Amino acid sequence: MGTAIRIKNLSVTLAGKKILNDITVDLPEGHIIGLLGPSGAGKTTLIRTLVGRQHITEGSATILGHLAGSALLRSEIGYMTQSPSVYLDLTVRENVRYFAIMTGQTGRHADELIKQVELVDYAGQLVGKLSGGQRSRVSLAVALLGRPKILVLDEPTVGVDPVLRQQLWAMFGQLAGHGTTLLISSHVMDEAGRCQDLLLLRDGRLLAYDTPDGLITRTGTKTVEAGFIKLVGDKT
Amino acid sequence: MSPGKTLATSSRVLRQLRHDPRTIALILLVPSILLIVLKYAFQAEPQVFNRLAPMILGIFPLTIMFIVTSIATLRERTSGTLDRLMTMPISKLDFVFGYALAFSLLAFLQASFVCAITLGFLGVTVLGGTMPVLVSAVLAALLGISLGLFVSAFATSEFQAVQFLPALIFPQLLTCGLFVAREHMAKPLQWFADIVPLTYSVDAMKQVTAHASWTGNLTRDLVVVLGFAAVALVLGSITIRRQE
Repeated sequence: MGTAIRIKNLSVTLAGKKILNDITVDLPEGHIIGLLGPSGAGKTTLIRTLVGRQHITEGSATILGHLAGSALLRSEIGYMTQSPSVYLDLTVRENVRYFAIMTGQTGRHADELIKQVELVDYAGQLVGKLSGGQRSRVSLAVALLGRPKILVLDEPTVGVDPVLRQQLWAMFGQLAGHGTTLLISSHVMDEAGRCQDLLLLRDGRLLAYDTPDGLITRTGTKTVEAGFIKLVGDKT
Repeated sequence: MSPGKTLATSSRVLRQLRHDPRTIALILLVPSILLIVLKYAFQAEPQVFNRLAPMILGIFPLTIMFIVTSIATLRERTSGTLDRLMTMPISKLDFVFGYALAFSLLAFLQASFVCAITLGFLGVTVLGGTMPVLVSAVLAALLGISLGLFVSAFATSEFQAVQFLPALIFPQLLTCGLFVAREHMAKPLQWFADIVPLTYSVDAMKQVTAHASWTGNLTRDLVVVLGFAAVALVLGSITIRRQE
């Protein structure tokens, strides 16, 4: 299995403050990788760095062999921001079709993705009239356009009801099964068990990179959450 | 840049407007209503109204499109949609020209409507004819669009964006020759008026009002307005950053 994302001594400083501090890790292809940590840990900054929106202060991040921010990667990475970055004053279909053209895809492909996120019944509705969970599914459909090899999802399950959360994780599993690498940030620790690998981030530093079982065994705890708290305690 | 992506962006912006009919109605009707009010405000001096109305035809599209564009692009910056677009394989110019094209079309509709009311119903006469009035109005609108796009980069909230109208456009309005002939102003104000674009937009309307044929000054005015618009659009695309 190859390496999808290679992060080497990565640091990002914003307004004099070190948001990411000397992170080094290799992330394998075709895995679901959970990016966990309390809010303010630097999860969103790491994600923005990988999708090329954040300037790197030191070190490097390479995705599929290209430096983060390279124009070549714009067709390879699907990005879902924390807030549903879609147009509230357009319908679901108008949104997905517009972004489809922007990513060089067809209207038919856009319609397939609307089906995949189960919004066919809402396709003609304005996104502004939909619930939070429905909006984030529109945003997910846009991230899936072009079936990118890398999917970077910033808190995709926030405000989503348990049933839908289950469905989304099933979909993520399917995508990984087809070789897609997914980096999913969350501050909900009980989602960690669904990931193959975990990146634990705290105060901009990489606290641990392990499998959920590995983390539990290593810390002698019963849950990822307890393991995380133990690790934090050991470091301070 | 790709024509397909530029046009798709224009049509997306127009679709957003179509879902907001009240805004369209306001854009189309407000200038006409204000001109009707002005006509009756000057009912004792119809020749003054006849002189002012064409100049105002050049000012409305600029100010209204300035506000509409700065708010629309600010929303795009703050809602995260621009963030998302910048991770996609599109050129920044697709975005900027897409907006310029969509709002120019809207400005054309607005200008046609106001011109029809002013030159038809209100009986204002311009020696140059309707066509040059429309061209000048649409170019003025394009200038407003470009300036709005550019300044939206310097606002972090709608409150700030709206303040750019009195801050940047009103000084030009006061010195453009609408309220007082430019040669009667204090010298520094004359210099100021010479280097800001609204002066040329208003002067173009004066030329059309006073001359039956297309004058050299009219060409100069329109080239200056177009030049300012093009520079502001390019500067606007520079303010959009791929990376922060």
